[in-house]
Amino acid sequence: MDIHTQIVDDLVANDIGFVTTVPCKQLAGVIAELETRSDILHVPANKEDEGMGLCAGAFMGGTRPAIIMQNTALGVTINTLATLIQYYRMPLPMLISYRGELGEPIACQVEMAIHTKALLAQLQIPTYHFHHRADAQELGAILKYTFMCNKPVAVLTDATFWGGY
Amino acid sequence: MIRSQILRDIAPILKGHLVVCNIGIPSQELHAIADQPSNFYMLGTMGLASSIGLGLALVQPKPVVAIDGDGSVLTNLGSLPTIANNPAANFILLVIDNGSYGSTGDQPTYAGRKTSLAKVAEACGCEGVIECQAEDTARVLQEALDSQEMTVIICKCASGNAKEPVITMDPVVIRDRFMKAAQA
Ligand SMILES: [Mg+2]
Repeated sequence: MDIHTQIVDDLVANDIGFVTTVPCKQLAGVIAELETRSDILHVPANKEDEGMGLCAGAFMGGTRPAIIMQNTALGVTINTLATLIQYYRMPLPMLISYRGELGEPIACQVEMAIHTKALLAQLQIPTYHFHHRADAQELGAILKYTFMCNKPVAVLTDATFWGGY
Repeated sequence: MIRSQILRDIAPILKGHLVVCNIGIPSQELHAIADQPSNFYMLGTMGLASSIGLGLALVQPKPVVAIDGDGSVLTNLGSLPTIANNPAANFILLVIDNGSYGSTGDQPTYAGRKTSLAKVAEACGCEGVIECQAEDTARVLQEALDSQEMTVIICKCASGNAKEPVITMDPVVIRDRFMKAAQA
């Protein structure tokens, strides 16, 4: 099974019915796979904090949400994570492409990569890092954990995980 | 008419409906005028009322009214294309456009100058965009609910705030009672 199918299968198996995305090249395969699934409503967002608002609404309407985004956008979501998702205790899986890691060809991407884990740690967001393909076997457990504890949870997926650029 | 008078006018229409209310004084006013479990008060995230309302409307069948402001719409303009391209027949976005940032001292917004939010919404692809005067808001809102079609209402009104207490209800309580109302 290819990794995109595997990831989306895990979302479906954990009853996630609403996914919002702001694209990243690394996540293009997952986003394309989402579009083929009738049991997931995919609503592309224009900005990641907007996407988190959509997810908050979907959650309160009784549907489990997830957001797919790039780590460079973490900065624009800090207030939303703190004052909406965490303050109201909402679960939110964040599947994040971790740009600026080994294999990165664009120097500027490194500038947010070096802050990514520090920002997530400062926000006390449980964070998992997929580096090897086998790491994705934990995704199902991570999703269950997210909806058990009602917190945002980050899954960083780097270039090595995706097999390079 | 200022926002609090509009909220008093529409309170009977909002009764029993799912309402997502903008941060700051709008939520304080709605809370003081017509608190109900199906009101979701935003306490800290400017701009996301329309996004929360759309997400809610897309996943369940009950009508959703998002009460937003001109300043907040301007801070999350990207929401309008998302609303336009993912229409939810049960969604009403009510923008109380008083041309000012009411919660921060009534500084003017661009919506009170050269920018027309109704035209912006139309240019973004929203159908059912209605600009109305404050006095007509209750009628327009009732018609929008009756139409069962997605509607964006830009309600032009005067700038000004009522003096109401800060909401001290715990956010988890707000969220919990709101979710129970949504699922009832
Ligand atoms: Mg205003």
